[in-house]
Amino acid sequence: MDILTQQLINGLVLGSIYALVALGYTMVYGILELINFAHGEVTMFGAMICLAVIGAFAGSGADMHGAIIVLFGLLAAIAVCVGLGFVIERVAYRPLRRAPRLAALITAIGVSIVLQNLAMLIWGKQYISFPPLLPLVRYEFGGAVITNLQIFIMILSCLLMAGLLLLIKRTRLGRAMRATAQAQDIAGLMGINVNTIISLTFIIGAALAAIAGVMVSAYYGLAHYYMGFMLGLKAFTAAVLGGIGNIAGAMLGGLLLGVIESLGAGYIGTLTGGFLGSHYQDVFAFFVLILVLVIRPSGLLGERVVERA
Amino acid sequence: MSSLEARGLEVSYGGIRAVKGIDLTVRSGELVCLIGANGAGKTTTLKSLCGMLAPSHGEVLYEGVPIAGRPSYELVRRGISMVPEGRGIFGRLTLEENLRIGAYTRRDHAAIRADLERLYELFPRLAERRAQQAGTLSGGEQQMLAIGRALMSRPRLLLLDEPSMGLAPMLVQKIFETIRRIAEEGMTLLLVEQNARLALEVSHRGYVMESGNIVLADSAKALLKDPKVQHAYLGG
Ligand SMILES: Nc1ncnc2c1ncn2[C@@H]1O[C@H](COP(=O)(O)OP(=O)(O)OP(=O)(O)O)[C@@H](O)[C@H]1O
Ligand SMILES: [Mg+2]
Repeated sequence: MDILTQQLINGLVLGSIYALVALGYTMVYGILELINFAHGEVTMFGAMICLAVIGAFAGSGADMHGAIIVLFGLLAAIAVCVGLGFVIERVAYRPLRRAPRLAALITAIGVSIVLQNLAMLIWGKQYISFPPLLPLVRYEFGGAVITNLQIFIMILSCLLMAGLLLLIKRTRLGRAMRATAQAQDIAGLMGINVNTIISLTFIIGAALAAIAGVMVSAYYGLAHYYMGFMLGLKAFTAAVLGGIGNIAGAMLGGLLLGVIESLGAGYIGTLTGGFLGSHYQDVFAFFVLILVLVIRPSGLLGERVVERA
Repeated sequence: MSSLEARGLEVSYGGIRAVKGIDLTVRSGELVCLIGANGAGKTTTLKSLCGMLAPSHGEVLYEGVPIAGRPSYELVRRGISMVPEGRGIFGRLTLEENLRIGAYTRRDHAAIRADLERLYELFPRLAERRAQQAGTLSGGEQQMLAIGRALMSRPRLLLLDEPSMGLAPMLVQKIFETIRRIAEEGMTLLLVEQNARLALEVSHRGYVMESGNIVLADSAKALLKDPKVQHAYLGG
């Protein structure tokens, strides 16, 4: 088996999921200069809701195609996460719009803890497994294996990202979002309801997070109330790597981080003579984060970083 | 008929009153200017008229309807447009995107297209640069863009905050010529200016503001001859 090709494929799949989550961080940062640390938990909720719905269908003994059941789970996850994203902004962040950034940041961490605990109360502390509803098909590809699920994740992520780019670059709503991100008071003078645009930003980010959450749980076959923490941190790293606030940057950063992690995990054993194993995968993300912050804090595609507190 | 009427308008920042209870009227089709020294409260007044700031006291009527405290995004829909101090261009949007966002409240796409073309005829300099990032435009081009963008919402009342600020004398002339032309087409305008002479020369009436109060209100002709105005604002 060709390890390089295999790890590249795995990395791109993982990376497209990171990218979807990173978009939520970067869009909110672009408009509010706020790191929405609760975003990882929204992703977790997406996975949990999907699994709950799937479980309910399976329990009811309904005779339905597995893919249809997963689709229902996905739609329910999107609906709930969109509501969650909207409420988080309204309740936690909007009252702090004019407060120091630090207050909002601490609130974000608070919201994240609240959501984690809420999930733990609802679904418990144990791992929840993704039932084998989707028949796994493996394809040989350049000496490596790629599954139908991996192909599906990559294609859906690409479509979502292309759609988002089109929305932002080409539509009236996208123009309003960019204008609001640059100067809220002037956007208001143009007739733009800034609050509506901010709500929409949270909603779009949450919908992407829901989809990403379902993808992760389907990919690893597991979900857990704590999964949003690590996933969120990595997606945040991806957003910083690409240049926080920059949409294309989040996409690039996500894919790159996925590939770096995957290659790192694939080769770390060889490189360290077996001293470190592939379970050190998570280390690479934070190694990347530190490197970016030291060498190029504005990220790959970012323009400038202004210190605010 | 009056387009805009403010009575006892008071605006504060925190506890500090920047506008201290002024009366101001702009009749339909009129070009009125508001002049005064730095810090007199001109920008604050305009911001409270277009919804960027909520007045702490007083009444504002636009076409007979009370609007004090209404947000700016709503007032644009009612026909009030503002060219803010410092232009307020969206630097990372292209010139044309800036103009299109000026038409954000409109849905008549064909008419928007036509208005864009008319603007490009009015300002050929802008036409050549329509795909350029607005942040890279010169100061004069940005000011033209700011005025054009404000017109794209098809306002009935246009507020202008120091459109000549920071521009070379030739460009200042061009801006005032443009303002005169917009006024001749029937637009109602309230113009804030440091350049008192030019402002009074194009206006029908004028108000003079000093530390938050209106101290003089008269026809522009009378103000130009007023010794106090000449001494304080016309360098004579
Ligand atoms: N955001 C603010 N917070 C506190 N005070 C402010 C604020 N903006 C303006 N002021 C104060 O309000 C007063 C009026 O300011 P304003 O900007 O309205 O003056 P202006 O007449 O437009 O001056 P200029 O000709 O320099 O533009 C000034 O004393 C100013 O310091
Ligand atoms: Mg001013």
